[in-house]
Formats: sequence, C-alpha cells, structure tokens
Amino acid sequence: MTGGTPSVVIVDDHAIFRAGVRAELGDMVEVLGEADNVDDAVRAIAELEPDVVLLDVHMPGGGGVEVLEQVAKLRPQQRFLALSVSDDAADVIAVVRAGARGYVTKTITGPDLADAVTRVRDGDAVFSPRLAGFVLDAFAGEIPAEEIDPELDQLTPREKEVLRYIARGYLYKEIALRLTISAKTVEAHVSSVLRKLQLSNRHELSRWAVNRRLVD
Amino acid sequence: MVRVGAVVLAIGTSGVAALAYLLAWGFLPASGAEGTQARGPRRSRRRGSWRIAGGVALLALSVLLAFREAGIWWSDALVWPLTLASFGVALLWGLSRPGVSSETVDLAPRERADSGRAVPAAIEPDPGEAARRFSRAGFGIALVLGAALLFLWANGVLDAAGDTALAALVVAVALALISAPFWWGLVRRLTVERSARIRSQERAEVAAHLHDSVLQTLALVQRRSDDPGEVAKLARRQERELRSWLAGDEQPRPSERLADALRGAATEVEETHGAIVEAVVVGDAALDRRYDALVQAAREALTNGAKFAADGGPIRLYAEIDEAGARVWVDDRGPGFDPASVPADRRGVRESIIGRMQRHGGTAELRGGPEGGTEVELSMGSNGR
Repeated sequence: MTGGTPSVVIVDDHAIFRAGVRAELGDMVEVLGEADNVDDAVRAIAELEPDVVLLDVHMPGGGGVEVLEQVAKLRPQQRFLALSVSDDAADVIAVVRAGARGYVTKTITGPDLADAVTRVRDGDAVFSPRLAGFVLDAFAGEIPAEEIDPELDQLTPREKEVLRYIARGYLYKEIALRLTISAKTVEAHVSSVLRKLQLSNRHELSRWAVNRRLVD
Repeated sequence: MVRVGAVVLAIGTSGVAALAYLLAWGFLPASGAEGTQARGPRRSRRRGSWRIAGGVALLALSVLLAFREAGIWWSDALVWPLTLASFGVALLWGLSRPGVSSETVDLAPRERADSGRAVPAAIEPDPGEAARRFSRAGFGIALVLGAALLFLWANGVLDAAGDTALAALVVAVALALISAPFWWGLVRRLTVERSARIRSQERAEVAAHLHDSVLQTLALVQRRSDDPGEVAKLARRQERELRSWLAGDEQPRPSERLADALRGAATEVEETHGAIVEAVVVGDAALDRRYDALVQAAREALTNGAKFAADGGPIRLYAEIDEAGARVWVDDRGPGFDPASVPADRRGVRESIIGRMQRHGGTAELRGGPEGGTEVELSMGSNGR
C-alpha cells in the first residue's frame, strides 16, 4: 500500500468542486473516479477500490456519514478523508466518529491535500488546526471519576501537547523537532487521539455527534 | 376547582348569593377589558374566555339564588340546569365575538432588520388555536344540551319521553363516532398546511438572505476580478458572514467574552491588513480588565504578523482558556527575528506586548519558530490567582 501515487475516488455532489479538486491535485494523486450521490459512491468505491476516498460531508441522501457506514460493511479496510466547507464541531466529530481518518476544509491547497491523502493512505490521521481545537475542547473539563475510562476518555499530557501544536499550525515534523521526538512518534500520538475520538463515550463528543445539523 | 367547591359548599348554607356574586364579579372584569385584552398575549386571552364563561355562570347562579331568597321562585330543579346552560352559552357566545375570533390577527409582518425587507407573515388563524376553539365550542354545546336534559329529567318529563330521549342520545353518540374521523382529519390537515406554510416562509427568508449577501458579493467579485487581493478579501468576509449565519450562533459578544474578543481581534486584523488570520479558541471566560489587556497584546502580535509575515501563509492564533487563566499563542511563518537584537522599529512591540502583559500581571515571550517565523506566547492568570 505504501509508496507511489495514491489513488482516490472523489465523492461530492458539486460538479464544480470535483473538477476543482481534480485540477488542484494534478498528477500528485491518481483520480480513479467520481460520484455525486450516496448510492453511486458506494458502488464506485466497491468497484474501483481506491486507496483513499475524498468524501464531502454534506450530500443529499444522508451525507458522508451514510457513505461511511455503507462502505464499512462492504470494504471495512477503506480509508476516508473528509472534506467540507463547514467547520462546525458537530459535523467534524460526526464524520470522524463514523470512521473518517481525517478532516480538512475545502480551502486547503492542492499540495497540502495531496500530502493529506498520502498520509491517510499510509494509515495516519490528518487533523486540521481546527479539528485539534475541537478535540482539546471536547476532552477538556472534568467528568466524574467513576465514569472515566482512562483508556478512552482522557488525553495524555503528551497527546494534549501534540494537539496544541497542531492547533497552532505546526506540521508533524516541526512538532517532532520541538518536542525532540521522532515524526513517527508524533503520528502515533495523533492516531491514538483519533482512536479515542472515535471510541470515547465522553458526553461532549456524543452531544456533538447527536446534534449534528445538516446544512443542505 | 377550589372556587367551584367553595361555591357548592356555600350554596348549602344559604344566604350565599352574595358570595357567588362576588366571585362572578372577580371573574368578570376580564369581560369589560376584552377590547384591550385582544391585543395581549394569546394565552391569557384564551384563559380569559373560560373565565368569562365561568363568571357568567356564577353571575347566573347568584341571580337565581337572589330570586330564591326573595321568594320569587318556582322550583329548585332550575338552579343547576340554568347555571350550566349559562356557562355553555357564554362559551359559545365568546367564540362568535369579533374580539375573540380574530385572535391571531396580531401576527404582524416581521421586519427583517438586516436587509430592510419585509417578509409578510401569512395572516391566517393558527390551526392549533382553531382546534382549541373547536373543543371549546363542543364543550359549550355539550353543556347546553346537558343542562336541557338535566332540566327535563328533574321535572319528570324525561320519564315519559324516556325511550325517545334514549334513542336521540344513541343517535347523537353514533353521529359523533361517525364524524370523528372527519374532525380528526380536519385537524391533521390544518397541521400539515401550517408546517408547509412555515417551510415556504423559511425558504423565502433564506432566499432573501442569499440575495442580500452572497449575490451582492459575487457581483462585487466579478467587477473587481482584476484585483486578486480585493477578491480574496471579499470572499473571506462573505465566507465568515455566511458561516455565522448558517451556524445560527448567538451573536458574538466581544465586549463581554474573552473568546469572542480574541476572534474579533483576529477578524479585525484580517480586514485591516488583508492578511489571513486563522483563530482557534478553546474554552471561554468573562472579559475583565486583565483579559482585555491580553486581547490588546494579542491584537498587537497579530498586527505585527500581518505587517511583516503575511507572505509566509496564514497568521495563526491559538488560545486556551480555563479557570486558571488564559494562554494565547500567535504564530507566523514570516522571516522571523532575533529577539535579542530587536530592531528600532520593533520597540513598539516590546512596549505594547511585553510591557502591557507585565503591567497586568501576565507574561509574554517572543521567540523564533522551529523553521523561521515568530511565535508570541502570552499568558495571563485568571483574576482568582
């Protein structure tokens, strides 16, 4: 799986946006196909088997979360990177909890997007500064000691530190430099945070996931 | 119920017409004030019609008792039927009065403050209200009919006509059962119509908003297409505006909340200097004098980043606020500078960032970023510390 040009399927109901992403990615990423609705997306992903699915959060017919859930049954190893114009905490948390390994906003530049795709393909998590802020916010605050699952409901001080740097716009290698740890260790911390984000029952996370507002 | 019980007790002891009359009088001022009340909140008006009917019934009761005391009397069997009937009739009359039947008229057109456009709200009766009126009418009719039956029964007339009355009752119940689905359907249809109306109203509002904001900006963008800086600025401002509108957030209160004040400072610097500023704020606290100083220092740091480092990518503000205090980082990816040899033109920075923070009991640190750029770390304990 590692190395070479990663392949993607673009799922978005806006044709202009799909064309834009294609143009931005150029030959850094191989675009296998596109889909503009949930059913076509599930079919295309199962057929084309891309390394990564670039998934719009808001789509008619259930949105990105629906695609994530349906594909999980057919192709559980499929990796997703969520793309959205929204950075509403509820959207972000919902799509990550449904299984996306990263979340970037649509204003991201072509090279940064290609880099994010490669990292998701290689099994890393991609956190935007804003997502890091949400996670710190969601895991902040005390919860009753008897309700804490220390494995899932709390971030380690090191994880918090790493997230703080991501929120400040640092790249992984810059964080590694700052904390004098290896870039691989930084990635391990972020993946661990992603796991907690997906599995924790923390009240804030559930609330955001439940109150998800769809804009379309 | 308590009052009714009191009246029942009082009747047994006689000489209580006065009491019933007083109660009726207590209820009835609402009827005198009906004209002005029609403009008040709907709920109180609805209760009002029940109260008026109750008042009328009590008034009738008191008049009857007064007659009885005075000896102008023919049968005790009249008291309850007449009281009940007057209650029912008052309810029915209340429904047909113009002041009450036009209860929903004060749904005045809502003025859209941001655009100056008026989106007229449909002036139609609210079906929920219609259903309530309906039940009130049914209750009134049942009361009057019940009173009539009670009167007939008490006078022994019903015995003779017993079979007929039973037949009539059965027919009435059967009719009610038969027409029930129709009434139910009517209420349901009214509800559906109402939600459809609300939806179309909302659509009109969204269309108006998009017209006033997004379309206007797009027109501007087309006219300024030769000035990329201006176009980017316009797009960014529109994005921010639309985003906050979509999120439906409560209005930011930059003069009261620290988080809003920091975000406001980021927006302000972005608009003044045309640089892109990304702000991520975690937590919040009430704004006090010291946090205000923190916001000023952060604004100064952002301004410097925007002036000297806007080409290196976005200026980033990250703030963490909790009970213990607030920490703010401002990072840029500009050329950076060596804090030990602060050039003359940066003396202002020294004063307005470091000096200001220290005067208010906080700290400020300026250092070079990991790969060029500058980072400013501001820290201020909360007032409790």
